[in-house]
Parts: sequence; structure tokens; C-alpha cells
Amino acid sequence: MEKPGYFGQWGGAYIPEVLYETFRELREVYAKAKADPAFWQEYVTLMGSYSCRPTPLTHAENLSRHFGGAQIFIKREDLNHTGAHKANNVMGQGLLVKRMGKTRVIAETGAGQHGVACATMAAKFGFACTIYMGEEDVHRQRPNVFWMEKLGATVVPVTTGSRTLKDAINEAFRDWVSNMDTTHYVMGTVCGPHPFPEMVAWFQSIIGQEARKQILAAHTKLPARVYACVGGGSNAMGIFQGFLGDPEVELIGVEAGGKGLDTGQHAARLASQDASPGVAQGYKTMFLQDSDGQMRDTHSVAAGLDYIGVSPLLTDLWEKGRVRFAAATDQEVMAALDLTIKKEGIIPALESTHAFVQAFKEAGELRGDQAIVINQSGRGDKDIFTIAHAFNDPSWKEFIRKKGEEYATR
Amino acid sequence: MQLAEQLRLARNKKEILLMTHLVLGYPSFAVNREVIQQMVANGVDVIELQIPFSEPMADGPMIIKANQDALANGTKVAECLAFAAEMAAQYDIPFLFMTYYNILFKYGVEEFLRKAKEIGIRGCIIPDLPPEEGEEYLRLAKKLDLAPIQIFAPTSTEERMRTLAGHGDGFIYCVARRGVTGSKTEFDASFDAYLARCRRATDLPLAVGFGISNQEDVRILTGKADLAVIGTATIKLVEEKGAEAVGSFIAGLRG
Repeated sequence: MEKPGYFGQWGGAYIPEVLYETFRELREVYAKAKADPAFWQEYVTLMGSYSCRPTPLTHAENLSRHFGGAQIFIKREDLNHTGAHKANNVMGQGLLVKRMGKTRVIAETGAGQHGVACATMAAKFGFACTIYMGEEDVHRQRPNVFWMEKLGATVVPVTTGSRTLKDAINEAFRDWVSNMDTTHYVMGTVCGPHPFPEMVAWFQSIIGQEARKQILAAHTKLPARVYACVGGGSNAMGIFQGFLGDPEVELIGVEAGGKGLDTGQHAARLASQDASPGVAQGYKTMFLQDSDGQMRDTHSVAAGLDYIGVSPLLTDLWEKGRVRFAAATDQEVMAALDLTIKKEGIIPALESTHAFVQAFKEAGELRGDQAIVINQSGRGDKDIFTIAHAFNDPSWKEFIRKKGEEYATR
Repeated sequence: MQLAEQLRLARNKKEILLMTHLVLGYPSFAVNREVIQQMVANGVDVIELQIPFSEPMADGPMIIKANQDALANGTKVAECLAFAAEMAAQYDIPFLFMTYYNILFKYGVEEFLRKAKEIGIRGCIIPDLPPEEGEEYLRLAKKLDLAPIQIFAPTSTEERMRTLAGHGDGFIYCVARRGVTGSKTEFDASFDAYLARCRRATDLPLAVGFGISNQEDVRILTGKADLAVIGTATIKLVEEKGAEAVGSFIAGLRG
């Protein structure tokens, strides 16, 4: 029998003793909620009235025609309140925080999506909120910082390590070991110590539950393939759970290929040969690390995928051959984003676009009576600064320059 | 002689023992060497050698920076092992390794512990390895007669402390307060109650660390704990005044 909190050989809870009781309480409250059908009902009702659940499944007819193969369907997690699937997890954990009677939440954020979602949840439920964000990410995601602050959260730029997502996670843990009596750490993804991977996957499973019903209604049969981008892996686990029991549905996780797998500047843990088993940030998985066990710097145009580790659930499914992994480069992502905007009038986040890249590469291999589903985990229009910069758009740059002058002269 | 027994004997001669800590390769092995020489010459009883890790989750700003800078200087695990071997051969006091689990995991837990034993290390402190995840580590440490130091926290129940003590050897590292290394600790009535709880849970010597930085702190711990652990304070001192300041600082700690 597997140890609790393990998925195959991956996962676990490598936590300092000071958090032992905190995790015991969290496991207990989570187990109780999971066993209580009224809790899930409360969650679904909340997501229906506060977010946009069920999110639609859009048939991308123009893209399907363009590639001349499978019918392409897009699961629209971008239409959640705050613009990404992150809303599912934060609202679920928010309900648990209420049950635990805690009054403050903290979170890490990379792209800022989870930070904004968490600050939104805190505003709605009346919790104090502190968000840890790598200094580098604070610079590249300024609009999200603005919204977190407007929502009442304190945003702490993290200046240790590589100043990105992993360092924000370390910093959130350091806060938690001081303030666990009042504070819950709302981990943003299916990583970290048990029960976080399993618990976050449970809240995100709502994506897959809906998607399975929707594709059966729209296409009358199951899809041939389902694509999702993988940073920590929460949107991927969310949609994959709807199809894990259907062996005929192939599941594909797409990681950040950055500047190319052969350059070393990427964040592909399972799609490259560069990762190895390790234990960090409270769990065991495949990490991008050196031979001494020191974590390496990663790179991606998408801050939300720029991470050293990956969900232990996904590593297990990869090892068992249930999920196939691929990588999309920054350059491929920009081309796929441009095509999707032009053909469908849909603007995926840079993170989500990684899934589109791989789906586009494979759509032509399939027949017209087959379907594929792409999980659009978030929307890109709110990341206008990042995307305009990535497109190197001249008129946008001119606008920013003028705006700068305007502020400078005031 | 086993570490716990050795510490008990030493404790018979001194009211409180001193354990100090340093991060290997920070600011350099040459400075580490000088600092250790001064520590030993001024009566330190145990030294904790931290092998730097890129994700030091349980540490505060000062030690995070030391870890980061040591790695930026190119410090490798193999060099840390060689340096520890040199220190253990040169000085008579017990040396311990403190590091995070990934360093052992990546080296190979058995290979790492065998190597530690071979070079004269007496035990390990691994703050992110609770006994539930450390079955292999605990079994091998026991077999090799290396002390797997267990950690008590103010949030640990007495029952939990008994479980931890059952897995531990050498001494118990009692974290003085919540939070990470380096900030001030308040020694109030609840601290005394905590230490009393620790004492009831185990016969092993008790070391108290986190925020112990001066003679007054050490005096307060005398009679309550067997070892006072000085971590961040010496790192800060070396940073501000250089390695030569360590000797008189250590000498002054026990009044």
C-alpha cells in the first residue's frame, strides 16, 4: 500500500517540525470536507454565483478548419472571475479557512494570477492577505501587483534566490512557520507537502468534471486527446481528472521549452532529460537541479510556468505512461497566440498558449470526426504589458513612452 | 563513546555547553577554518556545519544569504565533506552536519551517512526530514552510530515529543520559538513551560536554539538547557567584524 500523500514514489510531506500540528489540522479539515457532500455543493454553488462556472467549452471551428484535422474544442477557464482557473482553488481553500476559523491568508505567486485570485478571495471572505512574489516577477507583472494592492493585499517582493516562484514559496513558508495560529497558506498549485497536491487537485477537478460532460454533449463521444500547460500542474490535473478513467483519451502536458530544450534555458521537467528526482519545497518530484541537488535557474516567457518542480501527481502519471509530456518554446508560443487571436478572437494567457502549441502540432494527424480539447487555463488580455512586450509591438512601445513622459512632466 | 553520553559527561564539568553553527563556504573555507579555530580555542563544545542548499526553507535572512553566497562562490558538497574531514581530524570536539534533505537524497542517503561516519562526523540535523519521511535515514544512522538529531518545536505536543525522542539520539534540538533562524526570542513563562515539557518528554540532553545571541541569553538558559546554540549571531559577527572577533565573543558568552 502506498504511504498517505504519495503517488507512486512521489509526493510526501517534508515539513519542519514546527508545522507538524498545522498540517495535522489541515489534513483533518480537508478529510472532513471531502467526506461531506454539502461542502462540495457549497463550493459548486459559490463558483456558479461568484465565478462563471460551469465555464463554456468552445468549438474552435476556424482553427479546426485551418489545421484540417481534429475538431478543436477549448475549455474556457479564462472566463472564471479573475481570469484563470486559479479561482477554483482559492475559493475552495477559502471555504476551508472559514471552517478552520483562521483570519489571515498568505500565498506565493509567479505570474500574479494566483496572487490576484487569492487577494480576491480574501476580500470576499474578509481575511487579511499577504502575497509573496519574486522581485523579478513583480517587475514583469506590474498590473497584477496593482490589483492585489487594490484588493487590500500586502505584496512582498522576494529578493532571495532567483527571485521567482520557488523563492516566493520559500518565503511564504517562512511567514507560515511564524504565524500558523491565525494564518493559512493558500498554496497555488498541486505541489508542496501533502495534503496540498491532492487537495488542490480536488478543487480543480471541477474543470474535468464539466469538460467531460460538455464534450460528450457537443461531440457525442470522448475526445482523442486533451492538452494542458504544466507549470506546477494544477490546471492540467484539473482537466485530466475528468478523463483519467478513459484509457482511449490521450492526455498531454505541455511544459515551458523557453529558448529551446538544448539551451538549458527552459522549465521542462518531464519533457526534457534535464530533471532528476529530488526533495524540495516539502515534496518529492522531478526537479531541475544540479548533481549536488542545488536548484537551477529556469526560464520561460510565461512566469506561471517558470518553476523548478512539477506536481507529484503528474510525475506519477508520467512515470506510469498515462500522461505524455511535450515542451513549447517561447517563439512557438508567440506564433500560436497570434494565430488563436486572429482565427478565433480568443486571447489565451501565455501559460495556456503552451497547450495550444502542441495541440496545433498534432491536430492535423487526426481525422475530422475526432475531437481534441485544449484547456485554456487563463486569459491573456489582462497581461497586456507582458504580451505586448513579447510581441515587441511598436505602437504599444510608443504609447508607453508617451505615458512615461506624461507622468514625468507632472 | 556515544554522543549523548559524551555530552552528559561534558555537562558535569560545565553549567551549560555551547554549540555553534556556520555555513560552509561562507564567506570562504579559509574564513570557516579561522572561525572554527577560534571557537574551539574559546571553549565551544559542539559545532554544527551547515552544507549550503539553494532552498533553505527553515532559515532566516542572514543564513539564507550565507547559503546563497556560499553557492554563488561555487561551494560543492564534495568540498564541504573534505573540509569537515579536516576539521574533525584536527579538533577533539564533536562536529555535526546540518543541511536539508535534498543534499543527502541526491548524494545517496546511505553513501552520505557512510561518508559522514568515515570522516568523523557525529550526527546530522535535517530540519525538513520528519521521522515519518526519514525511515531509511533513521535506520542507517542508527546502524552507523551517527546521531540523528530530532527537533522539538513550541507547537509540538508532549505526545509528539515522545515520538520524536524515540527516533532521536545525541541530543534534542529545541527550537526556542516559532519562525525562522535569526530573530530575537522572548524568554517568558510560556518558554519555561515549553522547556519543562521538553524535559519531561526525553532523557536526552536538550539544546536550545533560534535567537540566542549573547551572554544574557546563555545565562537564562543555564540550568534549563544542556546546550545553548549560537547560530546567526556569529555569522553576523564575522560579517561585521571579521573572523578575529569570534574568539572573545565566544569566551564572553558563559560570563
